[in-house]
Amino acid sequence: MEATLPTKKEHPRWRELKFTLYRIFRNPSAILGFSLLLFFLGVAVAAPHLAPPKFEHAPYQMPHKGYSPTPKPPSAANIFGTSSGQYDIYYGIVWGARTAFKIGLFVVGFAGIIGISLGVIAGYFGGWFDELLMRFVDIVWSIPLLVLAMTIVVAFGRGLENIMLALALVEWRWYVRVIRSEVIKLRGQEFVEAAKLMGVSDIKIIFRHILPNSIYPVLIMASMDMGSMVISASFMSFVGLGAPKGYADWGQMVALARNYIVGPPDDPLKFWYTIFFPGISIILFVLAWNLIGDALRDAFDPKLRRR
Amino acid sequence: MTAYIIRRLLFLIFVLFGVSVLIFGLLMTFSPERRAAVYVTTPQQAKDIPKLVKQYGLNDPVPIQYARWVKEVASGNLGWSLVAARPVAKAFWSYFPTTLELNLLASPLVIIVGIWLGTLAGVHRDTWIDHGTRIGAIVGWSLPTFLFALVLLMIFYGYYGLFPPGIISSDTSLWVINNPDKFTRYTGMYTIDGILNGHLWVTWDALNHLVLPVLTQVIVVVALLMRVMRSGMLEELSRDYVITAKAKGADAHTINIKHARKNALIPVITVAGQLVALSMEGSIAVEVVFSRQGMGWWLAHSATQLDMPVLMSVCMFIGVVFVLSNLIIDIMYAYIDPRIQLQ
Repeated sequence: MEATLPTKKEHPRWRELKFTLYRIFRNPSAILGFSLLLFFLGVAVAAPHLAPPKFEHAPYQMPHKGYSPTPKPPSAANIFGTSSGQYDIYYGIVWGARTAFKIGLFVVGFAGIIGISLGVIAGYFGGWFDELLMRFVDIVWSIPLLVLAMTIVVAFGRGLENIMLALALVEWRWYVRVIRSEVIKLRGQEFVEAAKLMGVSDIKIIFRHILPNSIYPVLIMASMDMGSMVISASFMSFVGLGAPKGYADWGQMVALARNYIVGPPDDPLKFWYTIFFPGISIILFVLAWNLIGDALRDAFDPKLRRR
Repeated sequence: MTAYIIRRLLFLIFVLFGVSVLIFGLLMTFSPERRAAVYVTTPQQAKDIPKLVKQYGLNDPVPIQYARWVKEVASGNLGWSLVAARPVAKAFWSYFPTTLELNLLASPLVIIVGIWLGTLAGVHRDTWIDHGTRIGAIVGWSLPTFLFALVLLMIFYGYYGLFPPGIISSDTSLWVINNPDKFTRYTGMYTIDGILNGHLWVTWDALNHLVLPVLTQVIVVVALLMRVMRSGMLEELSRDYVITAKAKGADAHTINIKHARKNALIPVITVAGQLVALSMEGSIAVEVVFSRQGMGWWLAHSATQLDMPVLMSVCMFIGVVFVLSNLIIDIMYAYIDPRIQLQ
């Protein structure tokens, strides 16, 4: 009886996602950011082919011929040159990309999971748990990230794993605060009240209604964090709290370059390659995530969204 | 207002207690022998370690050790710094002025430049000024402080021979040490001491060493301020009172500077705490790279040499500074925006 027009009925969530993606990729900074990210991802994935490891069991160990402290300029054998200790810079850059992804994904993932789960529970249920958690966050909040993370690394012992763990153990406080305030805003809204009245369980409300509506600010933060955590980790490596010498890690490669930033008086920029390649890798890697985060912020901003 | 401040100061005590427990707990992850090694200064004393463990009660239950440590700290004994080869409390006073000097010069610049550029970008929305500052902010945000500092050092010191690293040139420092009657170290900051003693060339020398550190600090910290200022301006410029002012015939300058900018400053104050934290972190990297013996340098070197007493004291100190500065920020907040009631 009813003559319906053959319209394609899309699920509203799918439509919203498509609109968001359209908004993200309309932004040139997102395109640049994602291209850079894809490039680094390609390098990290193809590392065994781009720079075959000398020893299968220790691929992150940079190969070096000899122990001469003086860096050697780019040549056919070492296309980016060698740094102090004759470590091959090209090899370090390629495998360092894997290290950077490892650091970023581990720290942000770990901090994000702890922060989001604690923050949602505290924000949704409130009560003594919320009070206790937030006072604890107040305490850890009073020490800047780098200072507290360095102290934790000292207590746990040097090494890249401990740097990652320390950063995650400090950074979760941001996620708790951000998601908790979002959840509190949502908690009292009508659609949540309605779901409650209909007898939907708390777990279902959290996963169906609370999380999807509060996750965007966390996503933006996570993207920016991928970059800033790599910066913090590379600084700690640079200071000497990181992996043993020769590990493919961009921060440590900058440390190897440190004594050679000023060359001999007749050619002060002689050793430019020792700092240029690891330095530009860190900057571009961080820039990629920041550009993406910036584009996400614009795309999710409700004030700008439907204009 | 007074009640609020008192409550916040009580909160400070709570936070300090929490931080001390946290840091002390981290220290307890070390074995008693390892902690005893802190008291050992010569290789011959190494065999005394078991004796030291007993003498200092390092095997006692944790709460007793904590109480003993708090008592020591309260009486002004913060422990011995390996890096400084001096008691922590004494070393503190030689390192703190260097960091203060850096931030006293950098902070006003950060505030002025950040507010100015942020306003400019907001007023000239979607023009090349706006895009330029936005790109600048993202790139600045992506620059690791230590790397940027190294590059500056490479270009200016390495290539042009300008702005050497360190706090002051060795000649000047020698002269200061050899002429204690002519040069009194009132503040520990060479720039100010130079003026106070009437030796302006010392100030000039110190400033020469400060150019690159201050530049690094400003560029790394200013990005955040600029971005918040810009979005604040955008928000204010779309408000009704701006339209009213326009309708009444106010010129653009009055609207932007007298009306919008004043209101756009309010969100800036909310990130002021973050700016303080950024400056603290920035100081660590700046001091390490430019080998300026300040708090950040001390902290980084203590970390690499497992100098736990220093790390604990510095954490406590930074906690106090941070919580106090947040209190000041909140009071300023209420002062600038009368709609906010502190309670």
